[in-house]
Amino acid sequence: MAVPARLPRIDLSVGPVLRSLLLGVGFIVGAVAVLVLLGLVLTQTETAFSWSGYAQQIVSGLSQGAIFASLALALVLIYRTTDVLNFAQGEMATFTTFIAWSLMHHMSYWPAFALTLVIAFIGGAAIERIVIRPVEHRPEIVIVIVTIGLLIALNGLSGWIWNPEVKAFDSPFSNGTTEIAGVVISYQELGVLVVCLATVVLLWAFFRFTTLGLVMRAVANSQDASRLVGVRVGWMLALGWGLAAVLGAVAGMMAAPSQFLDPNLMLVILIYSFAAAVLGGIDSPIGAVAGGLILGVLINILGTYVDFIGGELRLPAALVVLLIVLLIRPQGLFGHKVVRRV
Amino acid sequence: MPLLELNDVRARYGPIRALHGVSLRVDEGEVVALLGANGAGKTTTLRAISSMTRTSGEIVFAGRGIARRSPEFAARRGIAHVPEGRGLFPELTVWENLRMGAVGGRRGGFEQEAKRVIEYFPWIDRRRDQPAATLSGGEQQMLALGRALVSRPRLLMLDEPSLGLAPTVVRELFAIVQRLNEDEGLTVLVVEQNATIALEVSSRAYVLEVGKVAVEGTSDELQRHEGVRKSYLGY
Repeated sequence: MAVPARLPRIDLSVGPVLRSLLLGVGFIVGAVAVLVLLGLVLTQTETAFSWSGYAQQIVSGLSQGAIFASLALALVLIYRTTDVLNFAQGEMATFTTFIAWSLMHHMSYWPAFALTLVIAFIGGAAIERIVIRPVEHRPEIVIVIVTIGLLIALNGLSGWIWNPEVKAFDSPFSNGTTEIAGVVISYQELGVLVVCLATVVLLWAFFRFTTLGLVMRAVANSQDASRLVGVRVGWMLALGWGLAAVLGAVAGMMAAPSQFLDPNLMLVILIYSFAAAVLGGIDSPIGAVAGGLILGVLINILGTYVDFIGGELRLPAALVVLLIVLLIRPQGLFGHKVVRRV
Repeated sequence: MPLLELNDVRARYGPIRALHGVSLRVDEGEVVALLGANGAGKTTTLRAISSMTRTSGEIVFAGRGIARRSPEFAARRGIAHVPEGRGLFPELTVWENLRMGAVGGRRGGFEQEAKRVIEYFPWIDRRRDQPAATLSGGEQQMLALGRALVSRPRLLMLDEPSLGLAPTVVRELFAIVQRLNEDEGLTVLVVEQNATIALEVSSRAYVLEVGKVAVEGTSDELQRHEGVRKSYLGY
């Protein structure tokens, strides 16, 4: 039997890759426009304003924001697959950074870096299997409490194993600076930015172009439907936790050189990362990355140019901005409105 | 030898019993319809086969017990279950949804299977990059069917495929199911409220009433059966 002809439809949709690219380019163009406008305002209000100093602050902000972005992406990854806000994400990152610190006594930086990522992956997956899985079907509040317990346990454990005093953590990047178009940029900040963003891009490519990535996106979309096509959902969740732990490890190892290593390394960073994830829309990976970068730049500019904020009030200032965004756009910048069918 | 056999299968949701001992069988190459009113246990029967609900009793598929395993186990044994609401991934594109049919990994060769599916549903190829959520109800049902076919199932289970669809689309859909059965020998177990069309396409049928098989027989017999005619065919 011939299938009856249908009315032709005009298809305005673009491919998923192109759509992500357009979204990315649009975001960058918008961000640059906002920053230029802000700079123009500052030329009027600040007597000692220089465009190169302003650009320097933006680069510093991006570098710091890239760390928030990595950890925020880890949070979103777990939220999307397991529906859990993982409060232990920061401590998992700190713990793996301590492992890296120990490894670096036995080998040079990059092998230790790579080995740490492998250990982080296995550890993250193991935590899902051993700690999260038994409470998987419990109410959300139970799982949240389990992750908070995990936070405290890992924090105590890293203090117990490595002693709580602060340690210097090596950086793979040289201490010098370079000048690009009159803007002084430190290799350290540039290196952090490149490593974090490269990790994010690799992860994006994994989700977009591999079959395993597709399966994980499907699980995030519907666990029941995934089971019915034969996906072993439990293992996919463990894989998600493993990847999130890898992102956290990258963030931890990038954050440690500029702040010293102690068991509370990621405490404040985790709060910024939560803010970044919520700012971008807690269900949106692109949003988490954008949210992290926006937050990083914002707190740097606020801290530098708004006198009464200075260094101390950066965190509250960031949370005020978050509050304002959420009042205007409750689902976050890139998030979806939650539609619940009753 | 039957491909699928249920023996005294019982199921409950909490304190409410949904199946009171259902026994049925589906032979290789058959289209079998499962009819009944709302709440008779049709959907629960399919969910029991896929281990999506707690059951007691025996479920044998291709000579092996599959009761109380897991949905992914059933899928990997070759049962493609298109559930109520179609079970698509709304955020994934049409093509990604189709690819998900092949990940159960029973037999390889997605490209080849996809080509075969496109012969049945040519529009899938033209709209491969569109999110599945933007499809019409009929298109979603056809995509779900296409995705099931990609897995080269030994048994296709359809749960109320006609629900919410226009009559012409329902005809189109059942014509394709019939064609799949005749051309490729696909075995189908279909749950339907629309008894008229289900009995036209199927060779045998079971009527469930309050969690039990009330009537069974060939579809011709059931079309002439007075009780079935009055209750389900409406004349």
